[in-house]
Amino acid sequence: MRSKLEQAGQPMIGRRSLCALVPLIAGAAQAQTAGASGKVSVVTSFSNDVTGPFKRAFEAAHPGVTLDIQNRNTTAGVRFVQETRANNAVDLFWASAPDAFEVLKTAGLLEVYRPNAQGIPERIGPYTINDPEGYVTGFAASGYGIMWNERYTRANRLPDPKEWSDLAKPVYHDHVIITAPSRSGTTHLTLETILQGEGWEKGWGTVKGFSGNLRQITERSFGVPDAVNSGQVGIGIVIDFFAFSAQGAGFPVKFVYPSVTTVVPANIAIVKNPPNLAGAKAFIDFLLSTQGQEILLEPTIRRLPVNPAVYAKAPAGYPNPFTGSIGMPSLRFDVVESGKRYAVVDALYDQTIGTNLDSLKRATKAIGDVETRLARRDNSAARALLAEARSLISAMPITEAEASSDAVTGAFSGRAGSPRQAELEQRWSAFAREKYQAAAAKAAEAAKAAG
Amino acid sequence: MAFTLVALFLLAFLVVPVLTVVTVAFQDRASGSFTLAHFGDFLSNDLFRTSFLNSLYVSLMSVVVASLIALPLAYFTTRFEFRGAILVQTLGVLPLIMPPFAGAVAMGLLFSRTGTVNLLLGDWLDINIPFMEGLNGVIFVQSVHYFPFILLNLVASLKNIDRAMEESAQNLGSHGFRLFRRIVLPLAMPGYVAGASLVFIKVFDDLATPLLLNVREMLAPQAYLRITSVGLEDPIGYVISVVLILFSVLSLWVSSLALRGKDYATVQRGGGGLARRRMSRGQAVLAYAVIILILMLVLAPHFGLFLLSIATIWSFAPLPDGYTLAHYTRVFAESSQYITNTLIYAGLAGLIDVILGTTIAYLVLRTKLAGARWLDYLAMSALAVPGLVLGIGYLRTFFGVTLPGGTSLAAFWGIIVLALAVRRLPYALRACTAAMQQISASLEEAAENLGARRLSVVRRIVLPLMAGGLAAGFITSFATAAVELSATLMLVQSSNDAPLAYGLYVFMQSPAGRGAGAALGIVAVVIVGLSTLLSHLVAERGGGRKSA
Repeated sequence: MRSKLEQAGQPMIGRRSLCALVPLIAGAAQAQTAGASGKVSVVTSFSNDVTGPFKRAFEAAHPGVTLDIQNRNTTAGVRFVQETRANNAVDLFWASAPDAFEVLKTAGLLEVYRPNAQGIPERIGPYTINDPEGYVTGFAASGYGIMWNERYTRANRLPDPKEWSDLAKPVYHDHVIITAPSRSGTTHLTLETILQGEGWEKGWGTVKGFSGNLRQITERSFGVPDAVNSGQVGIGIVIDFFAFSAQGAGFPVKFVYPSVTTVVPANIAIVKNPPNLAGAKAFIDFLLSTQGQEILLEPTIRRLPVNPAVYAKAPAGYPNPFTGSIGMPSLRFDVVESGKRYAVVDALYDQTIGTNLDSLKRATKAIGDVETRLARRDNSAARALLAEARSLISAMPITEAEASSDAVTGAFSGRAGSPRQAELEQRWSAFAREKYQAAAAKAAEAAKAAG
Repeated sequence: MAFTLVALFLLAFLVVPVLTVVTVAFQDRASGSFTLAHFGDFLSNDLFRTSFLNSLYVSLMSVVVASLIALPLAYFTTRFEFRGAILVQTLGVLPLIMPPFAGAVAMGLLFSRTGTVNLLLGDWLDINIPFMEGLNGVIFVQSVHYFPFILLNLVASLKNIDRAMEESAQNLGSHGFRLFRRIVLPLAMPGYVAGASLVFIKVFDDLATPLLLNVREMLAPQAYLRITSVGLEDPIGYVISVVLILFSVLSLWVSSLALRGKDYATVQRGGGGLARRRMSRGQAVLAYAVIILILMLVLAPHFGLFLLSIATIWSFAPLPDGYTLAHYTRVFAESSQYITNTLIYAGLAGLIDVILGTTIAYLVLRTKLAGARWLDYLAMSALAVPGLVLGIGYLRTFFGVTLPGGTSLAAFWGIIVLALAVRRLPYALRACTAAMQQISASLEEAAENLGARRLSVVRRIVLPLMAGGLAAGFITSFATAAVELSATLMLVQSSNDAPLAYGLYVFMQSPAGRGAGAALGIVAVVIVGLSTLLSHLVAERGGGRKSA
């Protein structure tokens, strides 16, 4: 779990990858003898709107093959593959969350396959598209950004947001929604990108800044676009295709990529000992073929193809990560560091923001109110107090170095001699609550000073 | 014999699968040895303490609010000559069938801060009522969702009261509210307590509603969030599950104290339930007004669901932008197999539950077997087991078992039926127990004295007298099994074998599938509603024959 992102950096040669070579060789031999036929079982977290067009096109291209789709949410899917490993009946695992694949890979539940598709570059933004060891294949890309409901923002007179820092402004208070990073691998990567792009301290300041304006933190990534589509919350922090497919379905929503963002691959992998290896390979090849990549452009799917040539067929204005218009090609993303502190960053968010959202919001609201008044009539004493209040909010219980230290990360993997996870979480949560209360008190002082 | 069979069933399909998963709660993560340190962490953590108190508060308040909703419905439809009593009782079950995800979206569109009600209130009066926010929001939604437990059991109980009791009281000069308070309500207590304890435990253990409202500071969501973090084996999630199970059993025991030492059985079954009175014109108008008001409130989510199922786009507006039947066309074209599967699975599960429920109730109330009460507690603890835990446990326990055909037992659709049956057994069990508490053992003794064997006494005397309770038990199990998702999502292995809730899940994961998901939800509601009506009619006819 801690090494989730190592796939994107230098390959990690370990015991598991050596073991994996044996089935690789056996698998290659099998593929030559057997053509694709019969049933191909896919466990996926994608909806029918995504899987349907691929199933139809794939079955048309390979007569005699049926694609059996088993929809499961990512957690249930990973669990299913883990629990049924003894007598595996699944050929492919197909999902967005990079962390899910990392868990399966680490547990030795994936098969190596390097598709021979042409014209697919090695990297997209700071990430490699495919797992360097060949376990996981990227077939589409997605970027994180801000989605909003136009009717909602018009009715509440909210300006269109552009950057993460915009969302920290008082005008957006209580109008924003997000999925917890511990529930969504892509939210996690966005958080990590902000932390690395802006630095640990400033980055957490940004994150806590917009988090203080959250209405809710959902546990289900689709809960965010759901709420924005129906207008329950105005602005959501989402992965791009949620917004694009909602537009495709006719909802009055808009989307923007902030300048600090990240583009991550959505993946597919062959499960260890698949009942239909030839069929599994055929489907991956199909996904990466020009025909398969073009299906991604359909209005109800709207993901970013990994083959740059396919964008020629895309409708005008379709985002293209290969031209540098989105993503941060300049960002140097430290995957080793990020992998080490993966669970720690999630827990920090859950404890300092998730469980303390009410007190964080109270403090943020108090600060925002004073700020609005100061915009009309400035007062330097009040400004100084506000700055103090803000730094109280930004304060983190542990430093960047501590976050990736063995003592802290060990608590999340159950290493002997480390404190238990629950102990650390209790400490962090109490720390944050105290700081937010102090920040609210400072803001109240500032309000008095402002007169 | 019966005891052994039931015990074996619970052991194989509840205890063993759950144990294979929750042992993590007692293990040191590094060494794997036994430890209670995780329970120490639980007790010393502020978040979990707050969560526990919140869960307790929400559960108690939900019982109160649900009682306020259920009492008038039950009272008016059983005590008075009331046109459409069966219709009211059927409609009263529908809130139990809140299809996953689709129901949540519909509730949000109606009651959220920018839902229909608040948009209209904002336009007219410039106010905004937070129906769906914080703990009060949870109480509101839970009460609307689960009051049928009380309604069903209370109605069954009221119908079982011997008319002679009431008449004697009247002869002695009691009438009106005093008659209700002193005679009718006490006699109906088994049904009320059965329903209220179900509401309490269910709300305590429920995670769907708090998660839908994004309230995390409650125990069940805390457990769920920790168990479903991808790849992390955090023992605290399982610790919370164990705490939930223990607390559910404890509250069941407390509720049994409420009935202890009293005898609710009546011997005579002459009149087939309470005498029904005619209402004066004024009373009738008032009664109908109260009932229509309540039904409008509790059926609003279904109305919202219906609107959603025929809407083109519905976003930040009191009503949809336009209407279409395309979603229904899509549902019937793509997912008709879900409907048949659901009927089979939920029907079989309901049947298993009624059989097990009656057996356990009989063992507890009629035999002196020492372990019988433990069977009851054991079966009830299923309420507190998260569906995901049960699903994982089933895969762990049964995946290695192969059927004669070579496929795994876990891949056989029957395993979904068993999972549904175990998860919904508590509902049927409480209903059956309440029904049996109202039957006097002397009736059975009389039959035995006349030479009837045990089994034929049960068949000829006990079961017919319990008909109403059995129907209530079957309906609650069936209706709730029809929309179960969490264990199902783990166990479904082919979309041909999948029930309706799974189809709903698949639709609701994309913006374009929202309308279709709602349409499938409406199909579920209609199917379950019709089945409920049917079982009411069957039970009613059974009741008629018995009193003839």
